[in-house]
Amino acid sequence: MKSIFLTTAFAILTAMPGFVFAGAEDIVVGDPWSRASIGTARPGVVYMTIRNTGDTEMTLTGLRTEVAAMPQVHRTATDTSGVSSMSAAGNIEIAPAGTVALEPGGLHAMLMKLNRPLIEGESYSLILIFGDGSEVAVTVPVLGMGARGPGG
Amino acid sequence: MVVAVAFMLVVGWWQVDGPGAETSDSARPLALSGMDFDLIDHEGNDVGPYTLLGRPSLVFFGFTYCPDVCPTTLADISGWLDELGADAGRLNTVFITVDPERDTVAAMDEYVGYFHEAIRGWAGPLLEIERVVAGFRASFEKVPTSDGYTINHTASVFLFDAEGRFVTTIDYHEPREFAVPKIRRAMGAGGEGAT
Repeated sequence: MKSIFLTTAFAILTAMPGFVFAGAEDIVVGDPWSRASIGTARPGVVYMTIRNTGDTEMTLTGLRTEVAAMPQVHRTATDTSGVSSMSAAGNIEIAPAGTVALEPGGLHAMLMKLNRPLIEGESYSLILIFGDGSEVAVTVPVLGMGARGPGG
Repeated sequence: MVVAVAFMLVVGWWQVDGPGAETSDSARPLALSGMDFDLIDHEGNDVGPYTLLGRPSLVFFGFTYCPDVCPTTLADISGWLDELGADAGRLNTVFITVDPERDTVAAMDEYVGYFHEAIRGWAGPLLEIERVVAGFRASFEKVPTSDGYTINHTASVFLFDAEGRFVTTIDYHEPREFAVPKIRRAMGAGGEGAT
């Protein structure tokens, strides 16, 4: 009976947008969100904050999701003449008690080669892979194309 | 001799970096009336710099395959237009693609539909896009990536008054609250009267 309750509670929790199931217990992910895509030809994007509550540095080394074949952390930089460029960011180090923000115009997770469109109102799972082999599953809600932040 | 060399160095400095240097006019966008290009808007109409004269204009570059900066800029601009309310209708708001290969008129039509209804999407052949970008003293560059290509481009928003004179830019990382006053300034600068 107890296990049924727990299973049900787990199912309800993981179905909630924004709920984060922490596999690496020191990592706390906040406000994940994704923009809706038009079809699958264009890359998708994911934003969130990743907080390291532990006392050792954590390194985000990769991403995995069923919605895209090539998810990767990218960085947008805008130079003094106003030109924006984007490139793969490589490994992301998160210091003890530190927070890394994936946010518009800076670091962001780019979902290249989408397997299916990201539809507003739906959500999907994104796995963050860390250098120590641990993984954190994040449930990412899909907001509208014109969303400006996690609140829409 | 030493004095002569020192004199030449001072003259050189004066002309290159000092007060005698040419002002940054070479980096200042032309007036719209001084530009010449032919593009097509997302509804298939022929458009050019002449289309923008008579009303103040807000113009920016981007491409629809850009996942981060471009939708963010379009979303920001949609927010500014919402703030302007009915005044947004007195303004031309134009998104010009720097990706002529992928951003067809149909692609632009679908894309702008997700943002504020006043935003127009302009597309055209590479040669014409290059002429627009040159007139704006902006830049764009195609860069290969592991899944195709991306395009580095000027992400600033350009403001022109109703006569087509360049007023100012709203830069990408500028605080949002600066934007709407700047737009109102461009709207007031054209002789239509400030609101």
